[in-house]
Amino acid sequence: MSTPLLSVRDLHVSFKTEDGVVRAVDGLSFDLERGRTLGIVGESGSGKSVTNLTVLGLHNPMFTTVEGEILLDGRELTTARESELEKLRGNKVAMIFQDPLTALSPYYTVGRQIAEPYMKHNGASKKDAWERAVEMLGKVGIPNPRQRAKDYPHQFSGGMRQRAMIAMALVCDPDLLIADEPTTALDVTVQAQILDLLKDLQQEFGSGIIFITHDLGVIADMADDIMVMYAGGAVERGTTEEVLRSPQHPYTWGLLNSMPRLDSDPGAQLSPIPGTPPSLLNPPSGCRFHPRCTFQDRVAGTGRCTTERPAIGSGRASACHLSADQKRTIFIEEIKPRLG
Amino acid sequence: MLRFLVRRIIGAVVILFLLSIVTFVLFFGVPRDPALLMCGKTCNPDSIANIHHVLGLDKPITEQYWIFLHNLVAGSSQFAQGPCPAPCFGYSYHTNDPVWNTLMDRLPTTVSLTLGAAVCFLIVGLGTGLLAAWRRGTMVDKTATAGAMVVSSLQIYFLGPLALAILVYQTHWFDKPAYNNFTGDPLTWFTGLIIPWVVLSTIFAAQYTRMARSAMIEQLQEEHVRTARAKGMSRQYVFFRYAWRGSLIPIVTIFGIDLGSLLGGAIITEYTFGLPGLGQLAVQSVFFSDLPLLLGVMLFAATMILLFNIVVDAAYAFIDPRVRLS
Amino acid sequence: MKEDLVLPAQREQGAGADGEPLLQVSGLTKHFPVKGGFPIRRTVGQVQAVDGIDLTVHTGESFGLVGESGCGKSTTGRLITRLMEPTAGTITYRGRDISHASRKQLAPIRSEIQMIFQDPYSSLNPRQTVGKIISGPMEINDINPAGGREKRVRELLEIVGLNPEHFNRFPHEFSGGQRQRIGVARALALEPKLIVADEPVSALDVSIQAQVVNLLQKVQNDLGIAFLFIAHDLAVVRHFSQRVAVMYLGKIIEVGDRDSIYTRPRHPYTHALLSAVPEVSLTDEASGGRERIRLAGDVPSPISPPSGCRFRTRCWKAQDKCATEEPPLVRISGNHEGHLTACHFPEEPTIEAREEDIVLDPALAALEEPGPDAGAQG
Repeated sequence: MSTPLLSVRDLHVSFKTEDGVVRAVDGLSFDLERGRTLGIVGESGSGKSVTNLTVLGLHNPMFTTVEGEILLDGRELTTARESELEKLRGNKVAMIFQDPLTALSPYYTVGRQIAEPYMKHNGASKKDAWERAVEMLGKVGIPNPRQRAKDYPHQFSGGMRQRAMIAMALVCDPDLLIADEPTTALDVTVQAQILDLLKDLQQEFGSGIIFITHDLGVIADMADDIMVMYAGGAVERGTTEEVLRSPQHPYTWGLLNSMPRLDSDPGAQLSPIPGTPPSLLNPPSGCRFHPRCTFQDRVAGTGRCTTERPAIGSGRASACHLSADQKRTIFIEEIKPRLG
Repeated sequence: MLRFLVRRIIGAVVILFLLSIVTFVLFFGVPRDPALLMCGKTCNPDSIANIHHVLGLDKPITEQYWIFLHNLVAGSSQFAQGPCPAPCFGYSYHTNDPVWNTLMDRLPTTVSLTLGAAVCFLIVGLGTGLLAAWRRGTMVDKTATAGAMVVSSLQIYFLGPLALAILVYQTHWFDKPAYNNFTGDPLTWFTGLIIPWVVLSTIFAAQYTRMARSAMIEQLQEEHVRTARAKGMSRQYVFFRYAWRGSLIPIVTIFGIDLGSLLGGAIITEYTFGLPGLGQLAVQSVFFSDLPLLLGVMLFAATMILLFNIVVDAAYAFIDPRVRLS
Repeated sequence: MKEDLVLPAQREQGAGADGEPLLQVSGLTKHFPVKGGFPIRRTVGQVQAVDGIDLTVHTGESFGLVGESGCGKSTTGRLITRLMEPTAGTITYRGRDISHASRKQLAPIRSEIQMIFQDPYSSLNPRQTVGKIISGPMEINDINPAGGREKRVRELLEIVGLNPEHFNRFPHEFSGGQRQRIGVARALALEPKLIVADEPVSALDVSIQAQVVNLLQKVQNDLGIAFLFIAHDLAVVRHFSQRVAVMYLGKIIEVGDRDSIYTRPRHPYTHALLSAVPEVSLTDEASGGRERIRLAGDVPSPISPPSGCRFRTRCWKAQDKCATEEPPLVRISGNHEGHLTACHFPEEPTIEAREEDIVLDPALAALEEPGPDAGAQG
């Protein structure tokens, strides 16, 4: 295969805060191929959103330190100048945010907000950009787009606002689309429409998508590949099929076991992950999941989980000291039966 | 929008009406008789009663208030001093001048002082605030923030005499503050007011610096500002088109209040620099228990504040489509 | 209105046999006025947040209320706990009409109906210690448990899985999940018979969510407390509730036992809702999978809801009758006992995939059908 669309290598992101240094992302590597969807799943504080703001250079450089490599089409972004990043943003790389009400400016019409990046990146005239905005609004299913383009975001419903956001992200036909919890603020029937719309539009535009969410159901629906993040690092990755059908990491097991599903046995007890996610001001030594892990005593070699941070390889991999055999048997014998 | 403004204006008139009642009641509640101040050395019960009668103070308070309202709306020819067309506040007890004319005489001073200072503090204050927000965290920001903090805690009655002592009496760099009519000689109008402008706008500018900086920093953290950045819009564009637009709301609000209250009389500034504006007039009217003048000044000041409140509300609609279209 | 609704002595004996209605709601309605007009502002419309709903919660039962935003489920919860005054309808708690009871009349019942809120951050007073928060309801109701309030607080902390020694700490020292446990402990302080839980886990991370769901389930089983469980997450509601009601625009459109609602739904909206839930499929997809229904647009405004059946504007089966005649919530033929559906043209009782997907969203239809006259609707 040629160079991946996006390649992140050993990324470290830390923030200075009043309480100390927060190590939000700590040694993260992943690749995204053109036209594929990578689902990043994790809970709050796992570093999944930070990673993607860093890709676009949208972090605050005064308080944030970024180390490692972010290669877009082989081009290094961490050291790129602001003016170069500006040319990429909204053009080659676009973002969709969680809450479309706060993510769209209340002061300008929807049409103008969609037209802006098209004017900037394609040098289009105001009129052409407006036409393009109307066309995009039609494409994402806004009825009567010519009229509605003149409306302000507050005149749109929640689902329509997110459609407008998608239109804005796709207006310059980006190679990479980063969607950060794009449906979390929406109702379930609207979420289903938006997810399908994104999938269908991906077919047409051929963009690679990074889809960030905390919802395994959404990720199963959307992603080709999955990366599970915990406390600033990847703990498991593989194709969607691999990660959901034969998960290897105790944290992934925990997520699956703690989530009620429409087809699980309603009488069964959920098996939550004990404890709470760690503070990234002072993350646990060794494997960051070890304080919540119920399998660490099975690892060969005493205390390995508390001292040695397990590495994660490329391709299908998980960051855990359990042996491959152990992972397989524990999942089949202990985890799977509880999934009901 | 028009309906909204009409409703606000009706509300303002009601407030003014209530305020005049309150002033009336309070005036009669204060145990100071204007007649005592007026009758001078030859005071005796007869002359006081006579003054009371001439001023109409021997009538019941409700009737006095009714006469006041009537004169205000329709004018009056009942005054010994001469006719008094509407809006008639009567004649000052102290100077015997018609109150409305006195107000109009004093108004140019206050307007000159206020508007001149407002231009200065808006330009300097907002400019410094924007610069500090743009270069947040740098030495520029830290200097501006610290300076603004110190200056905004100063008071006019401290800064004013200090400026006078140094700039006027010691170095003679500037003229002694005075009000000269603009139409008479624009240059002396300018030089006479320059010290009051500088002093008044220094303190306000410091407050506007702090306000503009914090409003901008808050706006720059808004999600829609981040979205604009994620679209590839330049930092300048995002700063001035997105963040600045949102910052206008708090700034316009405070500016409306400040302008309204300054136009009603910048009491301390006028007193400090001996400028004959509405603020001085207000102090005089209280000092001499001059009811007609007091009512005139009070209602005029209140009208200014209410008027600018309405202007601010209208400005919201301009700035924010959510207000305009609701 | 009756005086002396209940004497303290009566309370203990009142617990009836299983299945006895604990709470009965009929015709419950809440309209919020919309102000406007000129020159004098007056009421120009009504937000019909809840519009004539009937439901029954039995002793010790967990009753789930699901629906999307604006369907009135949270308002229903607030009406039942009498945090709001209903516009019409009756709320009967253990045979007593409390729909318009005054504060004083409600006092003895207040302790029996408790509420758990969604946001564990804003629902606890940050200036009070955990001990004070949990013992607050006991103080207000002047209840002095044997051994003192502090001992009871420690017990409660233990029940909800927190360290009893932490009663002197402040809410900000706890994580979101732990705060929600404090909220549960506060609700349990008065030994309630009914807990109205409004989205109790939706602000929490997945792994923490399960901890709280398990805790609520334990509380329900061990202490025999009935729950009105209000949530938008269909899987969580299914997991927690024996009976479920689905709300849409202020109406209950379908109600029944868990199995009926989740595997044999009849109302098109229930079908659409279930089919919209994104699912992790862990089983092999031999059985054809689930049906796929994609509605168009968002929920209409509750200020002027559609006439007749409120779902008709988004329904693929709607006919003229649906606009003129409001379907009653009844047991339609083919429904199990207690399974009521408000629909003129109900769907088949299955959630299996159909021969053809129902895609009403014009954008999706256009993108998915390559033909020239794309956009044909099901």
